[in-house]
Amino acid sequence: MDNTTTLVVNNLQTQFATRAGLVKAVDQVSFSVKRGEIMGLVGESGSGKSMTGYSIMGLVDAPGKIVGGEILLQGKNLRDLPAEAMRKIRGNRIAMIFQDPMMTLNPVLRIDTQMMEAVRAHQDVSRMVAREMSREALVRVGIASPDERLQAYPHQFSGGMRQRVAIAIALLNQPDLIICDEPTTALDVTIQGQILYEMQKLCRESGTALIWITHDLSVVAGLADTVSVMYAGRIVESGTVQQVLDHPRHPYTYGLIASAPSRNPRGQPLQQIPGMTPSLLNLPDGCAFRTRCAHATAECQQTPQLREVEQRMLRCFHPLRDSVAEVVS
Amino acid sequence: MELTPAFEVAETPWQRFARNFFGSKIATAGFVLLVLIVLAAIFAPAISPQNPYDLAKLDVMDSRLEPGQKSVDASMTYLLGTDDQGRDMLSAILYGIRISVMVGVVSTIIALSLGLTLGLLAGYADGRIEAFIMRVADIQLSFPPILIALILLALTGRGIDKIIIALVAVQWAYYARTTRSAALVERKKEYIEAATALGLSPLRIMFRHLLPNCLPPLIVVAALQVASAISLEATLSFLGLGLPITEPSLGLLIANGFQYLLSGKYWISVFPGIALLVTVVTINLVADQLRDVLNPRLQTQ
Repeated sequence: MDNTTTLVVNNLQTQFATRAGLVKAVDQVSFSVKRGEIMGLVGESGSGKSMTGYSIMGLVDAPGKIVGGEILLQGKNLRDLPAEAMRKIRGNRIAMIFQDPMMTLNPVLRIDTQMMEAVRAHQDVSRMVAREMSREALVRVGIASPDERLQAYPHQFSGGMRQRVAIAIALLNQPDLIICDEPTTALDVTIQGQILYEMQKLCRESGTALIWITHDLSVVAGLADTVSVMYAGRIVESGTVQQVLDHPRHPYTYGLIASAPSRNPRGQPLQQIPGMTPSLLNLPDGCAFRTRCAHATAECQQTPQLREVEQRMLRCFHPLRDSVAEVVS
Repeated sequence: MELTPAFEVAETPWQRFARNFFGSKIATAGFVLLVLIVLAAIFAPAISPQNPYDLAKLDVMDSRLEPGQKSVDASMTYLLGTDDQGRDMLSAILYGIRISVMVGVVSTIIALSLGLTLGLLAGYADGRIEAFIMRVADIQLSFPPILIALILLALTGRGIDKIIIALVAVQWAYYARTTRSAALVERKKEYIEAATALGLSPLRIMFRHLLPNCLPPLIVVAALQVASAISLEATLSFLGLGLPITEPSLGLLIANGFQYLLSGKYWISVFPGIALLVTVVTINLVADQLRDVLNPRLQTQ
C-alpha cells in the first residue's frame, strides 16, 4: 500500500442478530479512498450504505456487530483497536457529518461551547486557542461574522448554516477522513450546491479523504471522483464516476440512473426499477437483484463475485453493453 | 448569494423562560409568596420575637395563651398565642417553616443528585446496569412512601439528618425514573450520536450533552417533590417519628396542639397548619407554572 491511500476497507461484514434472523447489513464490502479523493457511496434506503459509514466509525450499536473484514486507516486496522483508542480516533482522525443539521447540534449549548469541546477532546490546548481554532474553522466554511456566531445557539441558525457549522466541527481537528451521511439531503438545492463546492475545495486543499453517502446520483456526478453502488448490503459496481455513471454495466446502476428524472425525454414516463428493495431478512439466493432484473437468468441463482470488468469492479454475470445503457442519457 | 439571514441577538433561554413564567398572575403571586416564605425561613432568628428553642426563656405561666395576649411579665405580646409550654406560636412557626423548608430542599437536592445520576446511567448504558437500577427503583416505588420512611426512622431514630436520609430514600426513585425516561428519548437523537462521533468521553456526553436536555421534566418533578417532602416530613413529625421535640417543625407543632383542638384552643394547631398549607400550595403553584412553561406541548403561542 502506498502513502496516498487513506482508507482501505476489506471484506467488511456487519450483521445484526435479530429475533427474526440474521441481517447482513454490510456484506463483503471492499473499497479504498486516497488522500484528497472523494468517494460517493450510493444506494437506496436500507442498502447498507449508512451502516458501512457507522462500521468505519466503530459506532455500530447492539445488536449489530462487525463480524469480519478489515478497516485500515493509513495501514492500521481499526478493528484491532481497544474502545478507548477508537474513541481517540473518532472526531480526530475520522470525522462524521450527519444528515439532518437540525438535529446534530446540541440545542442547549452555544456553538463555541460545542466547538471548543470538540477541539479539547483531542488536543491539549487552552480555551483561548480552542476558541481561535473554532473561529478559523467557521471562517473556512464561509460563515460571516464568526465572533457573533460563536456565541449563538443552534436555533438561531438556518439549516444551511447549521450544516456549515457541523462541517466546521468536522474540520476542527484536521481529520484524514470525513464520512458524510447524506449531509445535503435536507437542504435546498442552492445551499446544497454551495456546500458541495466548498467541501470539494476543502478536501482538495487539505488532502482529506471523503466518503459521501447519498442516494442522489447527481450529487455524486458533480462531486465525487469514484463511486461505489450498494445494493442489499453489497457493492455491486464501483469505479470512477465517468466509467460507472456514463457507462453503467450493472443493471441496478443502470436502473438508478434511468429512474432519475432528467429533461431529455420530457413528458415521457420515467423508467423505474420494478419491485421493491428486498428485505435483508430473506434475500433471494445468488444475486440479490435478480428478482427485479430484466436480464436475470438461471445463472444468477449463483452468487456473483466482484470482478474487474472494463476498468471497474462489478458483481454481475451479465454486464450491460453501452448500446443499452445509452438509451437514457 | 445571501448566506446570512437577519441575525438578531435573540433572548437567552433564561430571558424567554422568565417572560413565559411571569405571564400568569397566579404563578407570579405564588412565586412572590414563596420568596417571602423562603426569606422568612432564612431570617427566622432575626425576625421572630422569641427564640423558641431556648427553653430557659419559656415561662410555663404563659402556656396556652390566646392570640393577642401579653406575657405574664408583660414584656411581649403573643400575636398568635402560645403553646402548652408557653412558647410564642409566631416564633415557633417561623422556626418551624425554617426547618420544614430546609429539610424539604436539602432532601430534594440530595435525592435529585442521586436519582439523576442513576437515571442518566440507566438511560445511557443499557443492559444490566439499567435493569438493576430500574428494578430497584420499581421495588422502591411499589411501597407507600410513608411506610418506607416510617421503617427507616424506626430503625435509625430521630434527628434532622435521619429524616433527610429517610426522605432521600423515599424520593430518589422518582428522579431516577423521570431522568431515565427523558434520557432514553434524548439519547436516540442525532446530536448524541454526533457527540459520540466526535470522540467525546461517555461521562462528558452524559453530563454535558444528555443531562441539560433532560432537565425540564426534572425541574418540575423536583419542585413538586419539595412540597411533598415537606408534607411527608410534617406527617412523620406529627406521628412523633420526625424531629425531636426541642426543635419543632410544622408537623410537630400541629401534633402538639391537636389534643387541645376540641377544647377551643385552636391556635396551637391551626396556625402552623395554615403555614404548612400556604407553603405547600405556593410551591405547587410555582411547580405547575414551571411545568406549563417547560413543556412545549402545553405552551400557548
